[in-house]
Amino acid sequence: MTKSELIERVAERIDVPKNRAEAIVNAVFDSMKEALLADERIELRGFGSFSIRNYQARTGRNPRTGDTVEVPPKKSVHFKVGKELKDRVDTIN
Amino acid sequence: MTLTKSNIVDTVYARTELTKKESSNYVNEVLELMKETLEDGEEIKVSGFGKFEVRKKSERIGRNPRTGDEILIPERKVLRFKVSQVLKDELNGER
Repeated sequence: MTKSELIERVAERIDVPKNRAEAIVNAVFDSMKEALLADERIELRGFGSFSIRNYQARTGRNPRTGDTVEVPPKKSVHFKVGKELKDRVDTIN
Repeated sequence: MTLTKSNIVDTVYARTELTKKESSNYVNEVLELMKETLEDGEEIKVSGFGKFEVRKKSERIGRNPRTGDEILIPERKVLRFKVSQVLKDELNGER
């Protein structure tokens, strides 16, 4: 499912015009994105939490050539699934 | 600082002509719809943000790190999030 499909399904589900659903869905992801860019955590109960992880610079290796390369420090987003969603996704158990 | 659902509701409220109550209900509906989609095993790809996907993990032998006892971890499904390259670049000041 893509964001535009999500918007369509939201419109259907809550019975609002598509442009209204689009504004809602965009507001959700825009606010989450802004928080992460400001180095803030996100906590959505029952869904999960997002946080910024800082990775230190390290010496890596090109697996093909074996050459060493300096990998600069970088930030990435870490997601930890919430209890409710974790259980719901695991439909096997 | 931590962003919570109420901050997201505030953004929806500020950007639309919805009431606070409606904004709150609709944010819950968006999250519930996403949960149902993932529960069905379908992935969700949000451009500029990231991708949520359900992965099947096969059964394996694990170990209780405290006692050293071996335990069988059964086959299960887990949720994985991969941040979009665009957002990752923005985080690292490359845009």
